[in-house]
Amino acid sequence: VRMKSRIPVILLACGSFNPTTNMHMRLFELARDHLHQTGQYQVIEGIMSPVSDNYGKKGLVSARHRVAMAKLALETSDWIRVDPWESEQETWTETVKVLRHHYNESLRVFQSKKEFMRNKHPTERSTGESLSCQQPVLPELKLLCGADFLQTFKTPNLWKEEDIKEIVEKFGLVCISRAGSDPSQYIQESDLLSKFQHNIFLVREWIQNEISATQIRSALCRGLSVKYLIPDSVIAYIAHHNIYTEESERKNEGDLLQPLKLHNTTINPLSD
Amino acid sequence: DPERKTEVVLLACGSFNPITNMHLRLFELAKDYLHETGKYKVIKGIISPVGDAYKKKGLISANHRVTMAKLATKNSDWVEVDDWESCQSEWLETLKVLRYHHQKLLSADVTNSLEDAVPITKLGRKRKQEPNRHEPIKKKNRSPVVKSVPQVKLLCGSDMLESFGIPNLWKLEDITEIVEKHGLVCISRAGNNVQKFIYESDILWRYKNNIHLVEEWITNDISSTKIRRALRRGQSIRYLVPDAVRAYIEKNKLYSPESEDRNAGVVLAPLQKHASDSKNSQALH
Repeated sequence: VRMKSRIPVILLACGSFNPTTNMHMRLFELARDHLHQTGQYQVIEGIMSPVSDNYGKKGLVSARHRVAMAKLALETSDWIRVDPWESEQETWTETVKVLRHHYNESLRVFQSKKEFMRNKHPTERSTGESLSCQQPVLPELKLLCGADFLQTFKTPNLWKEEDIKEIVEKFGLVCISRAGSDPSQYIQESDLLSKFQHNIFLVREWIQNEISATQIRSALCRGLSVKYLIPDSVIAYIAHHNIYTEESERKNEGDLLQPLKLHNTTINPLSD
Repeated sequence: DPERKTEVVLLACGSFNPITNMHLRLFELAKDYLHETGKYKVIKGIISPVGDAYKKKGLISANHRVTMAKLATKNSDWVEVDDWESCQSEWLETLKVLRYHHQKLLSADVTNSLEDAVPITKLGRKRKQEPNRHEPIKKKNRSPVVKSVPQVKLLCGSDMLESFGIPNLWKLEDITEIVEKHGLVCISRAGNNVQKFIYESDILWRYKNNIHLVEEWITNDISSTKIRRALRRGQSIRYLVPDAVRAYIEKNKLYSPESEDRNAGVVLAPLQKHASDSKNSQALH
């Protein structure tokens, strides 16, 4: 399949990024390789969207820092960027809303590109370019996540059923799992997810690299090295601003996560 | 007492084909561990890539492997690359590399001791001192009688330790000298069999105090084999190896199906060397 007729894809990863680790960035690389190797997609962009402070997760440091660290981590990437929109919202934003926002943004870009193409004087087009090649294709926006994220769909009150449906139906998931764990069974067990499994891409990570941000923070608090697990620039930033401490770990301790607070009257969407 | 800490140099021998973030992590983990015991001060880390004469399948030229390791340690203030081993025309036993670096360390240490010495009458600058100025007799850091000998310890993963059991790969007397005279720092994944392996060997058991087992809780299985496989398949290795290494591999097109076939069918140098030696009928276990 020629590159020109591939469907353009934007990958969006939502999470705490507290801090950004090499593993977070690996997810993007793995997802891109996988989609390219299907022959049907061309990944044009990756977006990291750190959650806002009012998510209320234990140990979550200020969004200002998390966005800054993500920027440093992605300095050397030519296709992945950080988008602070979600982190700047006054209230916690459901993942589906973040997806909708970025989709609308890409739509806006798409429409202005189309406009530009239409207005281009015919002589400006080089010979041999046909009209069909000139038409920009609307990219698909897919949610990039780890298999554990997929499993959280089961957590009572964490997700609204209609949101999960919109995510898998309208957008799609690219889900990275580690060697030895197989989320396909989990998908089979859910009527909703199996209905849209064509839109759920499962990618196996054979090179185990489970650098959890929690472990990173724990190591930092104990004065242990995290070099080669997160970028040097992020390590320097953390040291300079003294971001992770015993005190920062206690933030939001005992609090409920914001989505749980909002949905406490909802029944678990995925149970029978 | 900080003056009583044993100075340690960590030496990692291996193919480094190519070097990965996991290799670099081993040093960090080992240093943290030894420092936390309160008994050691890690003063240096050395990466010593094996020579081409090792004849391992897929092993590319030492020049490239050394260069990549140097690129990888550019941003480290304590880990460096030593190419002595890789420059030898014949394969060298790990013990010989350990001995070489130990000897180097001892001679460097003697030189440092001489420089640090502040005797009552000192040549050079101190001559200009007033005659009745009180000169300290004791050296500024330590006196040679009290300070313990610096050590070179072999840094490895559990796979290397467990390779001690592969017939003809190691000489029993070498293993003995390594654990007796030098020591091992062995990094392994949580839930490993290393302790059992040590238990089952009389030699290793005897010197188990000189075998430091460090558990890596953050699963990090970035093997060079997998890196090479990913490269052959056109997959990304970003964030698994330092960026400078990735760029170098790309620029020089280092790994391919052809490079992976190098030394195919050739017997590994240590196996070749020890095959005829009757001493090696002694088993580790």
